[in-house]
Amino acid sequence: MPRLLADVEVCQGYGNCITGAPDVYDIDDDGKVVLLKVEIAEPDRGRVEEAARSCPVNALTVLD
Amino acid sequence: MASSKVVVIVGSSVAGVRCAQALRSEGFPGRVVLVGEESELPYDKPPLSKQFLAGDWDTDRVSLLTAERAVELDVELRLGVAAQRLDVAGRRVYLADGLALDWDAVVLATGAAARPSPWPAISGVHVIRTLSDARALRADLDADAQVVVVGGGFIGAEVAATASALGRKVTVVDPLRTPIGRVVGTSVGEYFTSLHHRHGVRTRFGVGVTSVSGTAGNLIVALSDGAELSAGTVVVGIGARPNDGWLIGSGLLVENGVTCDEYCRSVDAPDVYAIGDLARWFRPGLDQHVRVEHWTNAVETAVVAAHNIAHPDDLRAHAPVEYVWSDQYDWKVQIVGRPAMSTRHELIGSWDGASARGAAVYSDDSGQLRGVVTVNWPKALVVGRRLMSTGETFDEAMAQLGALPSAGTR
Ligand SMILES: Cc1cc2nc3c(=O)[nH]c(=O)nc-3n(C[C@H](O)[C@H](O)[C@H](O)COP(=O)(O)OP(=O)(O)OC[C@H]3O[C@@H](n4cnc5c(N)ncnc54)[C@H](O)[C@@H]3O)c2cc1C
Ligand code: SF4
Repeated sequence: MPRLLADVEVCQGYGNCITGAPDVYDIDDDGKVVLLKVEIAEPDRGRVEEAARSCPVNALTVLD
Repeated sequence: MASSKVVVIVGSSVAGVRCAQALRSEGFPGRVVLVGEESELPYDKPPLSKQFLAGDWDTDRVSLLTAERAVELDVELRLGVAAQRLDVAGRRVYLADGLALDWDAVVLATGAAARPSPWPAISGVHVIRTLSDARALRADLDADAQVVVVGGGFIGAEVAATASALGRKVTVVDPLRTPIGRVVGTSVGEYFTSLHHRHGVRTRFGVGVTSVSGTAGNLIVALSDGAELSAGTVVVGIGARPNDGWLIGSGLLVENGVTCDEYCRSVDAPDVYAIGDLARWFRPGLDQHVRVEHWTNAVETAVVAAHNIAHPDDLRAHAPVEYVWSDQYDWKVQIVGRPAMSTRHELIGSWDGASARGAAVYSDDSGQLRGVVTVNWPKALVVGRRLMSTGETFDEAMAQLGALPSAGTR
C-alpha cells in the first residue's frame, strides 16, 4: 500500500494539504502538519498526491 | 479522451508544471507538451524574494520539475522557446523557433511579468520575477550599500526584510500611506508598517518617486516631496501584468488576462484553457471575473483544467477560497478570503513584536465572514480557511478562533 511521508522540519504550516484532503492531513498547535493516515488506499492515492503537490515547500511524499 | 490526443501547455512555471502533473494523475493518456520561454528548468517563484534571495536555498530547492521527472511522467519539455501566436480555429500554436505544435486542447499558462521600472537608470535598478532577476539582485545585495525598495506591497516588504537580514540599510518608498492596507485594511496595515520599523527599516509612505538616476552603487532616488535618497541598489516592486500580448489577435477575449468561465476555459473556445496568473475567470460567488496572482490559485486552476481536459463529461468548477502567504522578518503572514471587501474587523491574540501570534477576523455589514489574516498562527489560518469555505458568520468565526488553545499565547 502507498505510504505517506511528511518532513515536519520542512513544513511551514501553509495548510494547502489540509484544504486538499482534510481526512488525511491536519495541523497541530505549533503549525506543523500531522498525518491522520500513513497508509493510503490505492483509490485515494490520486487525491492524496494532488494534495501533496499543493504543498509549497514539498514537505510531503507518497512512496510506493 | 483517446490516447492519440495532444495537450500543449504554454508556460513552464508552477501553473504549467502542476497542470502537466495533474493530467497524468487524472489519467490522461495522450501526449503532453510543455512549452516555456525560459531555458531554465521549471522553478518556483515565492522563494525568490525569501529563502533564495537570502542565500539559504539553492537552485535545487526551487526546482519544480527535473528532466528525469519529466521523462517519468512522459511530459515533453520544449524549453527556451516562446510561443508567438495561437491559431484557435486551426488548433495550432506557433513557436519562436519557427516550428508549430498542433493540439486538441491547449493550456495557456504564461503568467505575468514584473511591471518594469518607469525610471530608466543605467544599472543597479532591479525588478524581481524570474530566477535570473533574483540572481542579479542577490549579487548587488552583496555590496555593502544602502538599498531603496520602491513599492511596499508583499514582494517589496519581503525584499526589504531579506536585504535587511543581510545587513543592508533599507528604505521602502510607496505612494500609499499604508501599502499593505490595500489588502488587509488601514488599521491592520499599520502593524505591517511597524514591522519594518522594528527591524530598523525606514519607510517613506505617502510619497511617490519622481526619478531614479545614476549607476549601480551610486544611485539617487528623487521623491515627490523633494527629498533625495542615495542608494547602491534599487528594487522596484510595483506589481505585475499578465503576459497576454502574444494572444492579441488570436480572437480570444483578452482583457487584463484571458477571460475564462468557471471551468478555466476561454469564453470563446472551450478547448482553450487559461490558468494561473494569466487567467481572469468567472468567480461564481462574486459574480464577476477576477484575476489573482497567488501561488495556490495557480496550482488549483492547474488541477481544475487538467481534470476538465481528462474528464470532459464531469466538468469541475474553480470556486476557491483565496489564500496567500507572505514571510516578512519574523512574521509568517497568511491571508484567506478577501479582507478588502469587509466593513469591520476584530483582532484576536497578540499583534505585538516578535512574539506576535494573532488573527484579524473580517466581516461585512450582513455579519458574513469575509476573511482572516493571521500572523505566526497557522492553526488559526487552517480553521479560518475552513470557516470561509463553509460560508460561516463572523460571530461563529470569532467563537471558533477564540476557543483555539493557543489564542493569545506563544
Ligand atoms: C518574488 C515573488 C514572490 C512571490 N511570493 C508569493 C508568496 O509568498 N505567496 C503566494 O501565494 N504567491 C507568491 N508569488 C506569486 C506566485 O509566484 C505566482 O502567483 C505564480 O508564480 C503564478 O504562476 P504561473 O505559472 O501562473 O505564472 P508565472 O510564474 O508568471 O509563469 C509563467 C511562465 O510562462 C513563461 N512564458 C511567458 N510568456 C511565454 C510565451 N509567450 N511562451 C512560452 N512561455 C512563456 C514564463 O517564462 C514563465 O516561466 C510570488 C511571486 C514572485 C515573483
Ligand atoms: S501544505 Fe506543506 S507546508 Fe503546508 S501544512 Fe501541509 S505540509 Fe506543511
